[in-house]
Amino acid sequence: MSKALLYDATLCIGCKQCEAGCAQQNKLPYDDRIAAENVTSDHKFTTVLSKDDKFFRRLCMHCQDPACASVCPVGALHKTALGPVVYEENRCMGCRYCMAACPFGVPKYEWSKVLPKVQKCIMCPDRLAKGQPTACAEACPTGATKFGDRDELLKEAHDRLRTNPANYVPHIFGVEEVGGTSVLMLSSVPFEQFGLNPAGLPKDPLPLYTYRVLSRIPDFVPLGGAVLGGVWWITHRREDVAAAEVEEEKKSGGAR
Amino acid sequence: MKIKFTFWKLVFAVIMVLGIYATAVRFTRGLGASTNLSDQFPWGIWVGFDVLCGVMLAAGGFTLTAAVHIFNIKRWHSIVRPTVLTAFLGYVLVSLALMFDLGRPYRIWHPLIMRNPHSVMFEVAYCVMFYTTVLSLEFSPIVLERFNLEKPLKIIKAVLIPLVILGVILSTLHQSSLGTLYLIMPTKLHPFWYSPLLPVFFYISAIAVGLAMTIFESSMSSKYFHRQLELPILRELGRVMWVVLWVYAILRFEDLLHRGMLKEMLVPSYEMSLFWLEIALAMIAPIVLLSFRKVRNTPGGLYFTAVLVVLGFITNRLNVSITGMETSAGLHYVPKWTEYAITGMIVAGGFALFGLAAKYLPIFPNEEEHAAAAGELQVPVTDSVMSHAGD
Repeated sequence: MSKALLYDATLCIGCKQCEAGCAQQNKLPYDDRIAAENVTSDHKFTTVLSKDDKFFRRLCMHCQDPACASVCPVGALHKTALGPVVYEENRCMGCRYCMAACPFGVPKYEWSKVLPKVQKCIMCPDRLAKGQPTACAEACPTGATKFGDRDELLKEAHDRLRTNPANYVPHIFGVEEVGGTSVLMLSSVPFEQFGLNPAGLPKDPLPLYTYRVLSRIPDFVPLGGAVLGGVWWITHRREDVAAAEVEEEKKSGGAR
Repeated sequence: MKIKFTFWKLVFAVIMVLGIYATAVRFTRGLGASTNLSDQFPWGIWVGFDVLCGVMLAAGGFTLTAAVHIFNIKRWHSIVRPTVLTAFLGYVLVSLALMFDLGRPYRIWHPLIMRNPHSVMFEVAYCVMFYTTVLSLEFSPIVLERFNLEKPLKIIKAVLIPLVILGVILSTLHQSSLGTLYLIMPTKLHPFWYSPLLPVFFYISAIAVGLAMTIFESSMSSKYFHRQLELPILRELGRVMWVVLWVYAILRFEDLLHRGMLKEMLVPSYEMSLFWLEIALAMIAPIVLLSFRKVRNTPGGLYFTAVLVVLGFITNRLNVSITGMETSAGLHYVPKWTEYAITGMIVAGGFALFGLAAKYLPIFPNEEEHAAAAGELQVPVTDSVMSHAGD
């Protein structure tokens, strides 16, 4: 059963316990200065944004069909059966295609290091394997970040929208965007205010865009070879024939 | 003449010193200290210029070998060697440039054992690897001849046609795939450049640039190595280039029309000005210029037009990789001096290596008698001989 997170911004009080829990889990430094940083980075995998009295959490969306994993030439990123999109740093050669491809700008790079790696939220795969929730969900005092089965959380999100329509914008982020994500989000203000743009994101998984082209290669190679071989044969055959004709003419000319 | 020579030597030395210093910064202090890249803008000129433009500028190799060996246009034969040399050097330099851009360059071999065939980057890596091998084999007769190694020469000659076909297929795949790389970024790349036809555009423009680079490189060779200019060949290349540019321009504008971009093309913006710069340099100016007899039949006109085409498509690649990404990244990327220094060093290195090869290897066939004796070159060079007779 695929796991997921449901983040309900209307329940979030901006206490940043999720940030602290995440930092502890991933052995990252965390203090007031880092808490004040309002972007995710190589040392901060999740951040709680605030605007007026509204809060909104950003983290890796753990796409159902992740662009980052699809583009990685060495398969350093992949989506596990449980849901997390994880990273194997000893495969990574640092081409940063994952960063260029991610529609949410999630993967971050250790730019200041001589031997850098990619850093991002990996949805606590070790905890999930032990049947535990993610560190952020465990740390959340209000239930704004809730961990569970994706299907059940999806049902719950629909229920919340139905029972309290006045509280929310009528949209569950993560159901359709880029083919769906393992992080589902509800909000009382338009998602655009916190940098997510549901209207601008395609409903197809992004890997389809390149796969449509790549999948033609196996047909193209033998076809291309045959066509080029054919052209070679025709152009050189024509020459042989012309040479033979000249030869013929010479002979017949000599006979006269 | 001598002063000019030392002047270029001095320029070269300065570029090399800066490049070596920048290299030291890059490998001792990392990408953050040596580039203006960031999490919002992970790919800069080392990808946009060194890799995208580098591969494009080396496209003459497959274009010319296909024309001469597959389409049997024998009168172009005398310019195949310098073109293959340019292509081979191009790919070597692209691989070198990658060592600077990769965060962990010592893992560049990882795709050999860690495979993700769904990745365009993986496909490009394999094609470039195989094609560099093909180019080194296509280039090898030049070295083998120099040292009179008859046996390996015979082997290469025997497999030349399959080798050329393989080279054309591999080139078609990765030249287009450099465009496919960007198909996964529909939300990031500006609609002037994001198109489902990106792979087609990258491929056709590579052919145009391959022809332009051949004209450019022949003109430069005639100037600096005192080679006779093979004007009849260059005229024909110019004419083919004109047709390819028309095909490209028509497809490009049809695509813009279908995607409803015509209005936006007239609304002033940062992207709009660089878009028109690209269109003017790569399409409008060369297409118009080549329709004048005075331009398409004279060495100066052809050379100038070729330079425009090269600059125009360099602008195109930089627009796709940099200009078109800035708005979605929310920043304006200006490369750090170290990024320019390393790119400059690689380009200067390319020129120097070409010069050395031209000096010590039989690159220009009718200068070296034994070059014509080699099997691969048993082709009448009548056209170029005729043209020289007129000079």
